[in-house]
Amino acid sequence: MVVEIGHFALILALVVATAQMIVPMWGAQVRDARLMAVGDSAAVVQFALLIISFLALMHAFVTSDFSVLNVADNSHSEKPLIYRIAGVWGNHEGSMLLWVLILGLFGAAVALYGRHLPATLRANVLGVQASIAVAFLLFMLFTSNPFERVDPAPFEGRGLNPILQDPALAFHPPFLYAGYVGFSMAFSFAVAALIEGRIDAAWARWVRPWTLAAWMCLTLGIAMGSWWAYYELGWGGWWFWDPVENASFMPWLAGTALLHSALVMEKRDALKVWTILLAILTFSLSLMGTFLVRSGVLTSVHAFAVDPDRGIVILTIMMFFTGGGLALFAWRAGALRQGGLFAPISREGSLVLNNVLLSVACATVLVGTLYPLALEGITGEKISVGPPFFNMTFIPLMLPLLFAMPFGPLLAWKRGDARAVAQRLAFAGGLAVLVTIGVAALSGPGPWLAPLCAALGLFVLFGAITDLLSRARLGDVGRAEFLRRIISLPRSAYGTALAHAGIGIMVMGIVGTSAYQTEKIVALKPGERAEVAGYDLLFKGITPTKGPNYSEQIAEFEVTRNGSPVTTLLPSKRLYNAPPQPTTEAGIYPAWTGDLYVALGDEQPSGGVALRLYFHPFVRFIWIGAVIMFIGGMISLTDRRLRVGAPQRARSRPAAVPAE
Amino acid sequence: MVTLWRATLSALIGVMFLAAAGTPPVFAVQPDEVLSDASLEKRARSLSAGLRCLVCQNQSIDDSDAPLAKDLRVLVRERLVAGDSDQQVIDYVVARYGDFVLLKPPMNTHTLLLWIAPFLALAGAVVVILRGMRAQPPTTIATAAPLSAREEEELDRLIKSSRGPDTSSR
Repeated sequence: MVVEIGHFALILALVVATAQMIVPMWGAQVRDARLMAVGDSAAVVQFALLIISFLALMHAFVTSDFSVLNVADNSHSEKPLIYRIAGVWGNHEGSMLLWVLILGLFGAAVALYGRHLPATLRANVLGVQASIAVAFLLFMLFTSNPFERVDPAPFEGRGLNPILQDPALAFHPPFLYAGYVGFSMAFSFAVAALIEGRIDAAWARWVRPWTLAAWMCLTLGIAMGSWWAYYELGWGGWWFWDPVENASFMPWLAGTALLHSALVMEKRDALKVWTILLAILTFSLSLMGTFLVRSGVLTSVHAFAVDPDRGIVILTIMMFFTGGGLALFAWRAGALRQGGLFAPISREGSLVLNNVLLSVACATVLVGTLYPLALEGITGEKISVGPPFFNMTFIPLMLPLLFAMPFGPLLAWKRGDARAVAQRLAFAGGLAVLVTIGVAALSGPGPWLAPLCAALGLFVLFGAITDLLSRARLGDVGRAEFLRRIISLPRSAYGTALAHAGIGIMVMGIVGTSAYQTEKIVALKPGERAEVAGYDLLFKGITPTKGPNYSEQIAEFEVTRNGSPVTTLLPSKRLYNAPPQPTTEAGIYPAWTGDLYVALGDEQPSGGVALRLYFHPFVRFIWIGAVIMFIGGMISLTDRRLRVGAPQRARSRPAAVPAE
Repeated sequence: MVTLWRATLSALIGVMFLAAAGTPPVFAVQPDEVLSDASLEKRARSLSAGLRCLVCQNQSIDDSDAPLAKDLRVLVRERLVAGDSDQQVIDYVVARYGDFVLLKPPMNTHTLLLWIAPFLALAGAVVVILRGMRAQPPTTIATAAPLSAREEEELDRLIKSSRGPDTSSR
């Protein structure tokens, strides 16, 4: 019964979304306030219906209702509660439902918190938003219905892929989707602006918080996925340039560029046409990510969640919105008036550089990801484009970006003084170089590029601090005044500095673990020792145990350093009951300087068990950096000027050009 | 998005293990594969990182658990022990498995576009910016009439009188 209610709610949501797509847009065309107002209530109702639908599916998963095909295919009664819940979106149909639910959430948020938007803009935004919902709801109801019944119901479900039964991975998809779908707001606003043929700085102020929220979620989602890969896949890799990763990374790159170009547009009324185009492209890349992963076009060798028919439908949806958005852009962009002149050396100039490098990087990743598909399609020739290609092309683009990053926030709008900024950054730069030389001297040999990258990371970090200090006029004013100023800096200034600092910290983690990791592959018998990066590991033996839905072999290691005890590591291998699949759980000891990482392998014919021992220097900085970026975004969102629904800043201080 | 960005990998591992029905996971580089000569082993590792596991989804043979990847790892080591140079090993493997095995695609007529794509994108961006700058009449910035002495005085006066209450003047 609950399942039918969910199913019915989903169909009703489609009906409501259809109304929301047509009525308010028509109302905006004929300037009828009552018709436009339909959009608001429809968006809220649509969201409520999607919640009902989602909860119904969740109920089916939690109660293990195997008469629902989706539950029978993807769940198991022995699974712990958290994975029965996460199982809702751990499959194609459920993940699509989560997708439209988040879409509905953003639509409802516009309806509820967008009261200050001009009525026609709001009506058009909700209309465009609803059109996306209609497309995906149709897709779900006709090709991927999560509420389909199966008769007779099986006695037991087939279970969730054990590799997905993990806390980080359970909550990775909702964040990723919030990011993907959040960019639909930028798309809807862009299309609405094109329909109206009017766009101004206020538009950017409305779009920025949504884009920022989406970007934050995507950042965290990608970081969670990377963190999971690090500890679960058993060799400490955290990024593989896998097409599926690239699919989420491209919207991130474009979204990051969009955040920065929208800033120029809000503050200086410039880069309008580009910002609109970027908004359309960012969401198109999100859709393409959905297509790439959902269609199975990336590979033909496996049948996991792959269905060519679904792929074609998603491709059609993607082409419709991308093509439609771009066609509208081509048709109407000429009507948008450019404004805001600036010199090349200026805050705007630095943000243009940011946009150029991020867009080129994004295009490179796009070409690298799709090239093998295109080449195979055209000539039948199969090639691989792997990490070496991406490292060779992506890193050279990021180095100038990192170098320029501390300069941007310190440059003045319109026309900046590069020399003055360089003087202010001299201390940060000098400190970065000194620390790097010190570390390089201590850490021993590594790739020549590594110290340079580490220095850039440090420069970005120190530059972010310099930005805050110089905003508060350190050195120009007395101590009390400095403290007063630094406390009263706008929150967005702190947000920017934190986000940039997060990048710097992440870069250091990436350099540390990529260039200076140590690895040891050994076979040990109980009682034997191994040594890695100064840690001494004593293998005490293997104990078999049982988990809720798996059996486990836990190895015990006593770790000492210079004779004093450090910790006990318990890497393990699990064999899940349903489906019967093994997984590895690494044993990790996190220290400030890096992670000691032990992965358990097979019994060796010679006796003993295979082990991979690693020391990953500073690897944690990668995810700490991502979390700091997220926090930076959060603080920025609470800034009064960015807060959704906040009125414009009081007019009493026109002289204060808001810095960010 | 089967939710998960490593889902393809897990799928493949899944397929592999269904075939192997419950055998414990095979390990990437096995202790018995490791060469006793450290410098040869180092070369073997860096070569392996650039060779694709043919049955995997975008994994190098160095990372892969697949039996076929193990065979290739052993092959690479055999060639190195036999005295091959790095390039000879790569040529040997490519001769048997084709360019598909290279994670860094070779530069040829079919991959030219791939390799020059970043430069094309960069050149395109530069052209767009230059055109945009030309479209911007530079006059407004460059040739705005310099301030007269009286205007300067007035400006100084205004700046002085407003300096006090202004906190974020940048």
